[in-house]
Amino acid sequence: MNRNVIEVGDLVKIFDGLAAVDGISFEVGAGEIFGFLGPNGAGKTTTIKILTTLLHPTSGKVSVNGFDPVADSENVRRSFGIVFQDPSLDDELTAYENLEFHGVLYGMPKKMRRERIENLMKLVELWDRRGDLVKHYSGGMKRRLEIVRGILHHPKILFLDEPTLGLDPQTREHIWDYIKNLNEKERLTVFFTTHYMEEADRAAGRIAIIDNGKIVARGNPAELKKEMNASSLEDVFLAFTGHEIRAENSEAADTMRMRHRLWTKRK
Amino acid sequence: MSAIYILWLRQLKRYFRSKSRIAGSLGQPLLFLVALGFGFGPIYQKAGGGNYIEFLAPGIIAMSVLFSAVFSGIEIIWDRQFGFLKETLVAPVSRFKIMIGRTLGGATTASFQGVVVFLMTLAVGFRPHGILSLLLAIAFMFLIAVLFTALGTAIASRMEDFSGFQLISNFLVMPLFFLSGALFPLKGLSPTISLIAAIDPLSYGVDGLRDALTGAGVYGVGMNLTILGAISVLLFAIGGYLFSKIEI
Repeated sequence: MNRNVIEVGDLVKIFDGLAAVDGISFEVGAGEIFGFLGPNGAGKTTTIKILTTLLHPTSGKVSVNGFDPVADSENVRRSFGIVFQDPSLDDELTAYENLEFHGVLYGMPKKMRRERIENLMKLVELWDRRGDLVKHYSGGMKRRLEIVRGILHHPKILFLDEPTLGLDPQTREHIWDYIKNLNEKERLTVFFTTHYMEEADRAAGRIAIIDNGKIVARGNPAELKKEMNASSLEDVFLAFTGHEIRAENSEAADTMRMRHRLWTKRK
Repeated sequence: MSAIYILWLRQLKRYFRSKSRIAGSLGQPLLFLVALGFGFGPIYQKAGGGNYIEFLAPGIIAMSVLFSAVFSGIEIIWDRQFGFLKETLVAPVSRFKIMIGRTLGGATTASFQGVVVFLMTLAVGFRPHGILSLLLAIAFMFLIAVLFTALGTAIASRMEDFSGFQLISNFLVMPLFFLSGALFPLKGLSPTISLIAAIDPLSYGVDGLRDALTGAGVYGVGMNLTILGAISVLLFAIGGYLFSKIEI
């Protein structure tokens, strides 16, 4: 059980001379819920993109489920499912068709695919709406559908990039219930990023705090709070970095994008 | 194989669900057929060219395949903007297979569109010379479609958003159409226009279609097939390469 499914050593990614990720190291054990925390632009999404083969690292060692994302990308891709920060469903297809597409793309046999789709859609309470075009789904429903899609092919690891961004508090809680449920039921390793500190506090077994491309703290949320004598992770973040997580580095574009989401999904 | 199939199927489903897009894309060929066909028909007849509708119809079919195919290729930008492209790029399927599936899907819908426009030409009085030749005509439609879907994919792989779309439409797709011999005969032209038409790949598609449907070709079936096939392979390779380089 203690095998590490993700190992990252001294990872660096440089864009146009700027280090988006600047020598980070961490590992994630099998079955863990691991939170990657930091403000916008800290390097969270870049790290996820490297782990999921979408970007090549400048230097450093990366292993996902025992495979190298650069040299062995196909095996890495079979090992994980992902929910991206921005929606990535086909709006013109039905929810069921989106899942069917995913299952076929991942080479799942027909019978297994159909059963799995039905079970998971029932689990997240979307089965009754399976025939609806995704464009008629609400933001929360889309996110649930994406989570189902992410784990459809029985991956070892589920990556969640800001899974609850732009959702209302109630829906956010709901989403986390599903994720925790799946983590237990499927012994799924969950790697997520967020800048909602309280969310990480509640959901994650272990966290890493990243700021300006560097990991500034690692450990269990409760222990970190105790160690820094802080009442919340927000204060832990402040203690380690000397600045608040929200105010700084959150660019106008990010704020605008979030607002846009809040508005467009309020149906 | 199943990955290619599901990518192909997705393109078809999207196409047949967007009724407004289908209806919209049939309006232009109809307008061209009626306005040009009946407008220039009498002059063409007087100049000794014969029936202009008969000459024009294959050109208009080729036009609709061209537009539809380039648009299908360009759809990648759409997928990129709405995030769906990421879903296919993290799947354990090679980019080359994704490219094949997408291209075949786009080419199938564009060919379908060509067949619908062919039926429209029948309604305005076009009469092809044989039923068997229809099969050859469909083969040409499909080749034109593959070629220009691949071209659209190649272009779209280098575009981040739709800002360049108008540019492509005005400076690439329109010239490809107007200089291809779709609207005027390639015989007896000035050397400059002749040369331009000869390097326009659509010329061979139009000529092939015209040859198949009415027997009035210039280059010959073998040459048309060879050149279209060769350019298709070339553009497919370029499109495939550029597509494999996409970073999200």
